[in-house]
Amino acid sequence: MMNTMKKVFMGAAALMMAVSMAGCGNSGSGNSGTATPEAGGSGTDAAGAVKIGLHYELTGGVADYGKAELNGSLLAIKQANAAAGSEKYGYVKYDNKSDSTEAVTLAAQLASDGVAGVVGPATSGASAASYQILNDAKVPVLSPSATQNNVTLTNPDDASSAAYDYVYRVCFEDSYQGAAMAQYAYDTLGKTKAVIYGDSTTDYAKGLSEAFEKQFTKLGGTIVGKENYVSKDTDFSSVLTKIKGMDFDVLYIPGYYNEAGLIIKQAREMGLDQTITGSDGFDSTTLVDLGGAANLNDVYFTTAYTTVGASDKLQAFIDAYKAEYNEEPNMFSALAYDATNVLIQAIEEAGSSDGPAVQAALTKISFDGVTGAFTFDATHTPIKPVLVVNLVDGVQTDAVAVTPKLD
Amino acid sequence: MKNLLNKKNACWLVLIAGSYGLISLLISVGVINNVYLTVLMTIGINIILAISLNLIIGVTGQFSLGHAGFMIIGAYCAGVAVKQFSASLGGILLGMLIGIVISGAVALIVAIPTLRLRGDYLAIATLGFGEIIRIIILNMKITNGAAGLILPKLIDWQVIFAAVVICTIIILNFCRSAQGRACISVREDEIAAEAMGINTTKYKIMAFVLGAMIASVAGALYAGAFYVIKPEMFTFNKSIDILVLVVFGGMGSFTGSFIAAGVIGVLNTVLQQFSDIRMILYGLMLVGIMIFRPSGLLGTKEFTFSNLFERFGKRKEARG
Repeated sequence: MMNTMKKVFMGAAALMMAVSMAGCGNSGSGNSGTATPEAGGSGTDAAGAVKIGLHYELTGGVADYGKAELNGSLLAIKQANAAAGSEKYGYVKYDNKSDSTEAVTLAAQLASDGVAGVVGPATSGASAASYQILNDAKVPVLSPSATQNNVTLTNPDDASSAAYDYVYRVCFEDSYQGAAMAQYAYDTLGKTKAVIYGDSTTDYAKGLSEAFEKQFTKLGGTIVGKENYVSKDTDFSSVLTKIKGMDFDVLYIPGYYNEAGLIIKQAREMGLDQTITGSDGFDSTTLVDLGGAANLNDVYFTTAYTTVGASDKLQAFIDAYKAEYNEEPNMFSALAYDATNVLIQAIEEAGSSDGPAVQAALTKISFDGVTGAFTFDATHTPIKPVLVVNLVDGVQTDAVAVTPKLD
Repeated sequence: MKNLLNKKNACWLVLIAGSYGLISLLISVGVINNVYLTVLMTIGINIILAISLNLIIGVTGQFSLGHAGFMIIGAYCAGVAVKQFSASLGGILLGMLIGIVISGAVALIVAIPTLRLRGDYLAIATLGFGEIIRIIILNMKITNGAAGLILPKLIDWQVIFAAVVICTIIILNFCRSAQGRACISVREDEIAAEAMGINTTKYKIMAFVLGAMIASVAGALYAGAFYVIKPEMFTFNKSIDILVLVVFGGMGSFTGSFIAAGVIGVLNTVLQQFSDIRMILYGLMLVGIMIFRPSGLLGTKEFTFSNLFERFGKRKEARG
């Protein structure tokens, strides 16, 4: 008995060895270490192919975002190749498991892969963990959705410090979005008394509520109350009862659709009929499922992407995405599509895939993408208006571009 | 004092200096590039975490699930020190010292009531404690809440190497001391130990506090080497990860903890290529190990030079 056990164990051990050897062989054979087979072909076969590093959260907590962004990036690369009529652009893709320790290792890996530029990661934490390494290696990196305030700066605590030379992002930052909602609520909706009910456990909600408060009070409004919930809460009735007793005309809920949907449902059922505003965390069909279509009236949220009143460019993207993946694109895939296209355009304009040349092209790029036309400001963040979307019976009916008046 | 200068210790010294020399050599000739260096640093930090938990679980037999709680104290003390005092190696080492003191004090406060509990109850109590620490840090202003701290890279592999060596020497010496033997007796049979006149609670607390202090060193090293620290990185799952290292290597075997941290670190890198099925392979491997080697890779066996000499000595005798 013991002998057979031993044999099985040895067999298993040998198998593990074989697997790891195969892995080593693969990574040693060239720079396209983890490319999928078809990408390996396009990355190495065509002479002078330009390789783009895709660094996403493909497994783990925020795999939803990473996968949507990977799809967006792959579509952009495919279209660029079709336009060029050759396999000009190849890619290597990596999965950081939604873990910033892994992101550090992968940043080093991408730096040694000799990619022309990196797109990703999706989250601010993983992005911040990889910036310093890629910047030192002079590899341009474009984050599709790293929205945390000041994350592209060399010293994130000091808003006046310089941005990393090689770090860019195509999304607006949290504070910009929060300020835009405040601007819209005060100017357009004519609200003056706001209550903020935000998620205390995410940096995203924290940045948004601070920015909303700052801009709203600057404009002349008052914040009547501030309440917090915790991610994954499901019962909000006690706090909502407290809010019901306050004198206010707009409720701001910075957070994600899971909680926001339930908050809206419980608030409306309790008879809170004031205007409800939120952020791009609302942008999901789950919000309608949880909140109930009948409750989603007089609800506004800010976003970078909406299918309402889509431009021709956006419509073309939506059609192409649907044809490719047989599903609707979301904000994350659109942002990643734009980020990848910004990089491709910069490589084209630079006429080279050399880091410093691409970086120089990025600095003065003027880009027209599916989430709007923009240039980069001094912090390497795009200057583009925020879209405020209005929900009527749970359906997005109207989108207005808002540019917050900051000092 | 002269006992320190014997053949065994000379061998250990050569091994330490040799591995340091080997790593520097491999870096200078370019075999170890930045990617492998990051993997090595992760392995180093995991070794420190694994041996410190092994002291509590393997040697003293107290099942703790709150190890990430001590790691987060170390990480944030170092991070805050860097932000508040100076962004230099000195700043982070100062933070590390503060972290050691705080986590030692916290461990003492936690240990006195909870270490009177046994088995499952202790596991639940320490689990709760780890979460409390994390939630406190999540809600503090100086720690920047959920957004966490973004730090410059201040720790090189040399510092981690030195920390691994120092922590290992401290823990091994503790285990070989009278106090360490007392801890082992608590693991083997608490009632018998008590009957022999051993103050079991005292020795349990001693091991727990020492393990906690060393875990906070690992946290500080992490903060200095990996750019970003956030409360969400130190959840209950992190404690489980450390526990997996200990069980995988063998509870009570420090050599096993070293090997487990190394194997899992390397495996993680190799399996990066199969990102879709990585967790399946990893899980299968753990199941396999637990079925075929339920006591871990090494059980309670330990690699020591004195064992090696003994074995050689025996062979010579047999031949002669």
